[in-house]
Amino acid sequence: MNYLEINNVSKTYGTKKVLDDISIKVPEKSIFGLLGPNGAGKTTLIRILNQITMPDTGQVMVDGHPLNPDDIYNIGYLPEERGLYKKMKVGEQAIYLARLKGMDRKEAEKRLRHWFMKFGIAGWWDKKVEELSKGMQQKVQFIVTVIHEPKLLIFDEPFSGFDPINVNLLKHEILELRDKGATILFSTHNMASVEELCDNIMLINKGEKILEGGVHDIKQRFKNHTYDVVYKPFDGTGETRLTISSTQPNELISDIIKKGELVSFNEILPSINDIFIDLVSSSNQ
Amino acid sequence: MKIGIIIQREYLTRVRKRSFLIITFLAPIFFAALMVLPAILMEHSESFSEKKTIAVCDESTLFLWRFDDTDNATFVYIDDDIEDAKDKVRQGLYDGVLHIPGTMLNLPVNAEIYSTKQIHTAVTAHIRSTMKQVIEHHKLIASGIDPDVVKASATTINIQTIKMSDKDDGEQKSFGEFEFFLGLILAMIIYMVIFVFGGQVMRGVIEEKTSRIIEVIVSSVKPFELMIGKITGIALVGLTQFLLWAVLTLTITSVASAFLPAQDMFSTGTVMSEQITEMAGSTDDDALLTEVFEVINSINFKDILWCFLLYFIGGYFLYSAMFAAIGAAVDNETDTQQFSTPISLLLVIPMLCSTLIANAPDSSLALWMSLIPFTSPVGMMLRIPFGVPYWQIALSVTLLFITFIIFTWIASKVYRTGILMYGKKPSWKEICKWIKY
Repeated sequence: MNYLEINNVSKTYGTKKVLDDISIKVPEKSIFGLLGPNGAGKTTLIRILNQITMPDTGQVMVDGHPLNPDDIYNIGYLPEERGLYKKMKVGEQAIYLARLKGMDRKEAEKRLRHWFMKFGIAGWWDKKVEELSKGMQQKVQFIVTVIHEPKLLIFDEPFSGFDPINVNLLKHEILELRDKGATILFSTHNMASVEELCDNIMLINKGEKILEGGVHDIKQRFKNHTYDVVYKPFDGTGETRLTISSTQPNELISDIIKKGELVSFNEILPSINDIFIDLVSSSNQ
Repeated sequence: MKIGIIIQREYLTRVRKRSFLIITFLAPIFFAALMVLPAILMEHSESFSEKKTIAVCDESTLFLWRFDDTDNATFVYIDDDIEDAKDKVRQGLYDGVLHIPGTMLNLPVNAEIYSTKQIHTAVTAHIRSTMKQVIEHHKLIASGIDPDVVKASATTINIQTIKMSDKDDGEQKSFGEFEFFLGLILAMIIYMVIFVFGGQVMRGVIEEKTSRIIEVIVSSVKPFELMIGKITGIALVGLTQFLLWAVLTLTITSVASAFLPAQDMFSTGTVMSEQITEMAGSTDDDALLTEVFEVINSINFKDILWCFLLYFIGGYFLYSAMFAAIGAAVDNETDTQQFSTPISLLLVIPMLCSTLIANAPDSSLALWMSLIPFTSPVGMMLRIPFGVPYWQIALSVTLLFITFIIFTWIASKVYRTGILMYGKKPSWKEICKWIKY
């Protein structure tokens, strides 16, 4: 079942078409990667999901019903441009933001204390935000996004500003949230994390969809029959590594085993990064 | 209620700020000082200034025994030559010497006081008025007029301007100056409140925009709710401040007055009423005072109070909505000028015309200024103490609130688009485009 469905959404600002007939289906309990270069329309699409802006045409369905104002309680949103009130105390601010998401004060405080402990920032509860490092502020923002346990999470560049250790912590949390039942929409330029986390992706450029599918399927689709071969020639010169393109791997193997002992034979699949660059630059031409 | 949560945050974060506490608690001390200090100073100047002995060297011989001793001075009459008298002042025998030169033909109108230390102005004033009386008395006698007749003929004329309303029962005395100043003060308060707290709204919006928290918040609440919540929260901060100021000023004043004899608290007032009496040329203090009280009583303070509240709310919300939109349209405070200046001008115009309006509260200028929604908060305050027909108030308030609703709606459109726009400073044209989105 699809938790989130975007059907034929278009949006125009003035004369500029920002989104052109975009449709997405995100299965429940999966992580969906929304990719695209800067200015592709990702933020506009995300803002439509958060009901910050309205689409000109098209419809958004959440959990089987058209998006309505009450859905904000089911959505957690970590925007790319994010910040906190600098002069406000951390804990107080987190409670405020949680209350805006419909939680009552007591429950919000209880859960927040738990998360603060988990992220190792419990001691900062009564500090002002401006005293926190950027990484700590990012942690607070992440906590605030997930605190009301929304069914749909939208992360826009969640890893920017984190050190590698905290990126890992965050990845772990994101996967755990999915396993607990959340559906996650994830927008990033960090392609390595896309391959690591996403089940499905969509690539948009200039408001148009140019690619969609499962990460694994897409890599298969864009493979260019290149193989990484390691073998030990019979003349005793030691292990040799080759990168060979061939549409007939069986023949390739039989050729190799005549020359030496095959150590390993792997197909090289293109990275999402390569596919991204390829498709975007060709669609820009 | 999300707006409630927003109002609560906007209110609490501001009320707990150190600057709010400082201003709230220091200002009443300042106000109270303004009220109590003159009384204290007067008290001290009277009790600490020593009694001076003034030698009167009267060559004209008209003033012998005519100077009454006062709290500040005793007068002794001497026969010495003026130079000898001056020497005695230098030796410290007298604090000063009053020299009235003798004249051959005319009555003396000049006198000199020689002293080593400054003579209190009250003493000089006393001498002047005594001499004036004596000379006038002599002049009258010289012209063959009995001074008692003149005294008996002195008359005070009271002219009361009585304002008639269309109905029979509504005659009231009016006392132009009091209403004039009351109007100016009320207009000034409204004017300042709109700018001070409207400016806070604008800065609050800019803060949310530059700290980039705005997108998180608008994913939870509607921009309109956030805007209204912010404006309301700040309005409550303003009201709290006013209330605290009033309470604290009264408290401090009454505590301070407990340390002073009650009489002295009113000495400032007494001095003023003496001056008024002098101006009116009448000795009839009480009549004048009762008259003043009558005028004060005749002013409908209840009407003024609820009008003030209505125009405070209407005017503040109208302008704050516009200031919020400006804050949303720009990225930092330095860019706000281009937009805030024309808007501020709308409020400055009635302020510039304030004396014209208050001098002629029934003129067509005053009428229009108090009807046009942008100028009415200030314009109406200038007129209200003089009494304004209810239909005009009703029309003006209705117009103000309709405009306030329309402009809040327009402002929220600009706000909604503006808060998520970063980078370039928009032009007026662009802002108009946002309204259409």
